[in-house]
Amino acid sequence: MLNPDSELLLDIVDLHASVEDSEILKGVNLQVRSGEIHAIMGRNGSGKSTLSKVLAGHPAYKVTSGSVVYRGIDLLELEPEERARIGVFLSFQYPVEIPGVNNLEFLRVATNARRVECGHEEMDHFEFEDLVSERIKVVQMDPAFLERSINEGFSGGEKKRNEILQMALLEPIVAILDETDSGLDIDALRIVASGVNQLANPQNSTLLITHYQRLLELIIPDYIHVMAAGRILKTGGRELAVELEKTGYDWVDRELALQGQA
Amino acid sequence: MAAFTESSLLEPVQHRGREALERLGFPTRKQEPWRFTNLSRLKTVQDLPVVDAHESPDLPEAPTAGLRLVLGSAENPLEGVDLPEGVRPLSLDQLKYELGSTLDRCGCAKDWPVELNHASSREVLALRISGKVPPLELVIAASGQGLLSTRVLLLLDEKAELELLQVFRADSGAAHSHLCEVVLGQEARLRHGVLSLGDGSGSLLATLAAQQEPRSHYELTSVFKGWSFGRIEPRVVQLDGQAMTTLKGLAVTADEQQLAVHSSMRFDGPEGELDQLQKSLAAGKSHVIFNGSIQVPRAAQRTNAAQLSRNLLLSPKARVDTKPELEIIADDVRCAHGATVSQLQEDELFYLRSRGITETEATALLLRGYCQEVIDQLPVQADRWRPLEQVHQELSR
Repeated sequence: MLNPDSELLLDIVDLHASVEDSEILKGVNLQVRSGEIHAIMGRNGSGKSTLSKVLAGHPAYKVTSGSVVYRGIDLLELEPEERARIGVFLSFQYPVEIPGVNNLEFLRVATNARRVECGHEEMDHFEFEDLVSERIKVVQMDPAFLERSINEGFSGGEKKRNEILQMALLEPIVAILDETDSGLDIDALRIVASGVNQLANPQNSTLLITHYQRLLELIIPDYIHVMAAGRILKTGGRELAVELEKTGYDWVDRELALQGQA
Repeated sequence: MAAFTESSLLEPVQHRGREALERLGFPTRKQEPWRFTNLSRLKTVQDLPVVDAHESPDLPEAPTAGLRLVLGSAENPLEGVDLPEGVRPLSLDQLKYELGSTLDRCGCAKDWPVELNHASSREVLALRISGKVPPLELVIAASGQGLLSTRVLLLLDEKAELELLQVFRADSGAAHSHLCEVVLGQEARLRHGVLSLGDGSGSLLATLAAQQEPRSHYELTSVFKGWSFGRIEPRVVQLDGQAMTTLKGLAVTADEQQLAVHSSMRFDGPEGELDQLQKSLAAGKSHVIFNGSIQVPRAAQRTNAAQLSRNLLLSPKARVDTKPELEIIADDVRCAHGATVSQLQEDELFYLRSRGITETEATALLLRGYCQEVIDQLPVQADRWRPLEQVHQELSR
């Protein structure tokens, strides 16, 4: 699907960010074009999840320098809800449980917020139920979970399906999937991966954050980036994932040490 | 209707109540039950003239499947009403025998708020319930600068079943003094909803006393919003244990309101159960007080009681004082208790916002969710009063 003429969706330049005064991102550079699937790999603490939270606008993370431009718009200027409305989506590593807030109603309010931004009419309960019952097939989720409180009492796999269902409803332009494979058994992983593959198209892009190669056997990325110490250390094709699986991350330390000496 | 208007019955009670108030003197903050109380507001309530209720405007339609009674006017609420089968007024003899006995058993007969009601109530609505009867709704609306004093006594026979919804309203600085006594016979079941919707200016003093025979189930769900000053005292005693008590409460305060819930539960026999959840939502500079007493004397072996107080502060100037008070003498019991005070969870807010929902909308969704847990437990007929919308309006003013 690679096409050098495709639209530049996300342009991250020398991004630095910190949480509680400790710097986590130390100069991230990344360009994502439409139709592309990128994987970001790296050990725990390398900054992968921080990058996803910063892109979604989590208030606890402070951008200290650098820029993120999404389709020509300065993303960092926008509130989290504005980013979501114009098509940036984060699938959470640990989706929170929100007791008392009905899942279906939440999905409807969220979908309508995005629809209004795109110039469509809001959907009433009936129209929305039709849409959900169609989209829920993408993740093979039991409709009973729609009637519950958001994520309350969901297993790990059900929470991730609920995340991908949200993605299917919101139809984002840039979808960031933070450790979507964690806590899933192989069947659930296949279903979730197949959902993501069904939703990928030439107009959108996907950013997969993972530290296992197994997800990348099911969702084939165009690029793989290895993060370490708050930066992208290396970028390559699929072969990089295979190499990582074989040799582990030890070479990252050597690489970092070399760069430190340079 | 002897059971309602019987001035000869309540006159001596009024007289004794006034004497008792003199004797007790006005509460002070040195007394533990009044420690955090805004006494100047309490004083205002005491000083109001006793009035009748006015016609209550904009009531939702009466429940189709049940009976609505409007209390507090000079008229007998039972006048011209066809009582459903199984509901009848108490005879004068029964009333003489029962009146005040639940207060005595609950140990609150000489409490200041009860004596205030004794001193000011002119009538008592006293009903006896047999078998399973249709839902009953009691509307008590106070209006204008006055104190509306009402009193209710319900006697549930063995195996009787009732859903009762009491609705309190007040506007323009009006105040309520309310006293409710409930007797639950063996295997009787009362689902008791109290929906108290003030306009922010009024006051509410209510004592809800219940005594339970074995295998009865008393389920009290109370929702309060919009009271400048409120004090609610659920008092329950399981006479021989072996009964089930469920107490669910939601207190919503804003501006400079103060609302206190003082509950007390006593097990006078073995194998009783209590499930209690008291929630609060405090905005502005408001103040919520919860005091939950549970007494498990030696006779109450194998009691199983759980009490949880959950409080959400919506502003840095809001305040919550919550205190469990467990007195356990029996040795073979399970008594769990806990209290939390928190703010809206940032990760929950962020999750909703990351789906395109504005901070205001997300906050509203979370608050609704928080309230729903208690509101869902109200009797079904409460829906007509739109409690969730009312609470929401209070917080988004």
